[in-house]
Amino acid sequence: MNARDEILSRVRKATAGVQAPEIPRAYAQTSPTPDLLTLFAERVADYRAIVHQVPATDLATTVRQVLAVRNATRIAVPDGLPPGWTTGVTALSDTPPLTPADLKDCDGVITTCAVAVAETGTIVLDAGPGQGRRALSLVPDYHLCVVDAAKIAGTVPEATARLDPRRPQTWISGPSATSDIELHRVEGVHGPRTLEVIIAT
Amino acid sequence: MSGERTDVVWLGSPAFPKAAEKALADDRLRGNLRNATTTIRGKRARVVGERPDWAELRDAGAAIKDATLADLAGHLERLEAEVTAAGGTVHWARDAAEANRIVTGLVKATGETEVVKVKSMATQEIGLNEALAAEGVTAHETDLAELIVQLADDRPSHILVPAIHRNRAEIRELFARQVPGAPADLTDDPAALAEVARRYLRERFLAARVAISGANFMVAETGTLVVLESEGNGRMCLTLPETLISVVGIEKTIPTWRDLEVFLQLLPRSSTGERMNPYTTVWTGVTPGDGPQDFHLVLLDNGRTEALADEIGRSALRCIRCSACLNVCPVYERTGGHAYGSVYPGPIGAILTPQLRPDEEVSASLPFASSLCGACYEVCPVKIDIPRALIHLREKAVDAKRGHPSAERAAMKLAAWTLGNPRRLSAAQNVASLTARLPLGRPSRTWPGRRRIKRLPGPGRAWSRTRDVPSPPPQSFRRWWREEGEEQ
Amino acid sequence: MRIALFLTCVNDTMFPGTGKAVVKLLRRLGHTVVFPEEQTCCGQMHLNSGYRRECEPLVRSFAATFAGFDAVVVPSASCAGMIRELHPEVVPGLAAPPVHELTELLVDVLGVEDVGAYFPHTVTYHPTCHSLRMLGLGDRPTRLLRAVRGLELLELPGAEECCGFGGTFAMKNAGVSAAMGADKAANVRRTGAAVLAAADNSCLVHLGGGLSRDGAPVRVMHLAEILASTEEDPA
Repeated sequence: MNARDEILSRVRKATAGVQAPEIPRAYAQTSPTPDLLTLFAERVADYRAIVHQVPATDLATTVRQVLAVRNATRIAVPDGLPPGWTTGVTALSDTPPLTPADLKDCDGVITTCAVAVAETGTIVLDAGPGQGRRALSLVPDYHLCVVDAAKIAGTVPEATARLDPRRPQTWISGPSATSDIELHRVEGVHGPRTLEVIIAT
Repeated sequence: MSGERTDVVWLGSPAFPKAAEKALADDRLRGNLRNATTTIRGKRARVVGERPDWAELRDAGAAIKDATLADLAGHLERLEAEVTAAGGTVHWARDAAEANRIVTGLVKATGETEVVKVKSMATQEIGLNEALAAEGVTAHETDLAELIVQLADDRPSHILVPAIHRNRAEIRELFARQVPGAPADLTDDPAALAEVARRYLRERFLAARVAISGANFMVAETGTLVVLESEGNGRMCLTLPETLISVVGIEKTIPTWRDLEVFLQLLPRSSTGERMNPYTTVWTGVTPGDGPQDFHLVLLDNGRTEALADEIGRSALRCIRCSACLNVCPVYERTGGHAYGSVYPGPIGAILTPQLRPDEEVSASLPFASSLCGACYEVCPVKIDIPRALIHLREKAVDAKRGHPSAERAAMKLAAWTLGNPRRLSAAQNVASLTARLPLGRPSRTWPGRRRIKRLPGPGRAWSRTRDVPSPPPQSFRRWWREEGEEQ
Repeated sequence: MRIALFLTCVNDTMFPGTGKAVVKLLRRLGHTVVFPEEQTCCGQMHLNSGYRRECEPLVRSFAATFAGFDAVVVPSASCAGMIRELHPEVVPGLAAPPVHELTELLVDVLGVEDVGAYFPHTVTYHPTCHSLRMLGLGDRPTRLLRAVRGLELLELPGAEECCGFGGTFAMKNAGVSAAMGADKAANVRRTGAAVLAAADNSCLVHLGGGLSRDGAPVRVMHLAEILASTEEDPA
């Protein structure tokens, strides 16, 4: 018998007559907090990410300002990002694809997100417009993410319900971190060491 | 040390009590462990405490895992079909040797001699790095703690933080010695140490063409794999190379995408004590233009179907490798992970290792490496009743040796015979009470009216090495009851 | 109320004072105590050590001995837990007598917290694993202790951690057991209490054994002995 058939037959033998239980889903589906935006902002900041809240009309100005403050001029830009956000900087288009070296050497990347989770302070990218392929938000040392307030879900169950598992996803909760040395948390290992989030209301 | 072959159990691991002695004598190790486990317990308690529905999440997590296991064959077939439809290739491995052969073959087919690796318990379990090395392939561990372990030629001692037994000063010394380009004035500040790892690994990530990973979850209905991590090394490995090989235990399956909503809440809070881990990568087969274009999934049995056949033992297959049970275990806190002789240390290891590798010497001793205090069960996010499973495995260990006489067995039989009848118990008590009249030891302050016995004979010696016992009372309760108590 | 006492083999043999204290306490509260003399052991040591086969007859004999009683009191959290949680697994379908650990009986069944005791000493209380995690006794024991006249209750640091007894674990893994016991004993001494109390003499024989070996000026006592103590008849 080949490995596949043998393993499956062992599994069948081991589980013969075993009944699957009902799944109780009495856990919270929604957040009890009415002000998801504030909760999201607090929870993202908890991870030591930088957070701004601005009216949607001021978005382009704010993006320009935060980039200027960092002296970031060469910015990787995924397809579908509103062009107004990158006026005044060198936008590095990902079409054709930027090389890993391009990404390493640029000053940062700007993306939008597919969904955000208020309770956990998480942003989720799913390669949709303005988000790009996964490497874009990974290799640069600085990630600026613009979160449309309408994208903020209260809870993890609300977020997973909005996402398509067949699209590649990256869930990001703060900058990269490690606790491997004495369980002492250090921000900034291999992913972007700085995460900045602008919430557009 | 790490060069010794592993198949769950490290080659030649002694029984737990013997291995524990060495750890108990190491004050620095105990200090490191105490600091680390105390920190992580506090973190976990805070983030679990803010979820009023924690009990309901655990109920759901346990039920989803049980439901998965009940129809595991069906879910695996679905998973295989979905991964294949999404452009991936699925391989099946009955045991460690087969898995290693498959992975080595896939790597060699790419022509590469170096691979980058994301921390994975499954590849640790099968000793993949050693198998690759034997075929001339170098595997670079990229998780910081795994890197520490690899550079030190050490063994991991914790599921989540493999280098938990090392403190910052030890790590500083190791990096200064072993990492090319480490600054001469390197301090033991964790941030500085992490920076060394970042620089050392960055070029490797950007140049890597083959990566090897495990996975935390595999969603059967969509063929989706999920990896949770913190540092970004996982994202690097899962995103940048051209070829990705994921080795995953068959029990990591969950039936539906929706089920993930439960585990994305249970795992980070139980594991690192965070509301959410910094990075989670979710992928399904191959996505044109995004990530590896050649994806292989190796489904690993390696003893899991044996455990699955055991009605009580199979609960160990619910495990999501959070390591909360290690962090609260008073035995683990004092011995560390190496004493368990297995890549799976702590309470979960004590029930998993003997099932995956029943014939190893250390396996027979592991179910006894617990005071059955129940702290592990209390924190387990998928409600594995570890004490109950331990008792069950103790029974199996005892039954396996029935017919072989031993001092313990004789004592247990004698105790059962004596306790089997109140007259026999009473007679034994009367004999004990006779010794109460002997002038044994000094009067006890701990138990007024009794004497301190400082040395016990036979099997009691292990007890009396560090503990006194009170002398027997002049009269058992039942005798007092018969003579005067009942009448009062 | 007529209450049957299951004293446990360890208490019966080694700590008759605990049994006498339970009898005295319950009689003082106006109840009748009976001690069915057919009783021996709940089988916990055998079951927990892997000797299930040897445990089974003990479970059957326990059920037979205590059949028909309205309430059975057990001054041991671990034996009460064994009977309630594990007897039904060892011998499925066996009629389970209504077993109450002592503080459960006092607080839940008899509805008392102030049992009229007097004990003018400093006491620290160790919640044993089975009282804490198997039975979920919660603060019943400390509520009872706080109501004792003259008693000063001192909080034990790291109270919820296991003392390291664990039955045959104490001998099979004597080194680890002793290390756990030493840490617990250090916490006990840190409180400065004159008395260490618990709901299990088995844990106390381990902890007391270590304290005694170190010459610590601490007396160990089962909770029942403190609750039975009065001005006229002090413990």
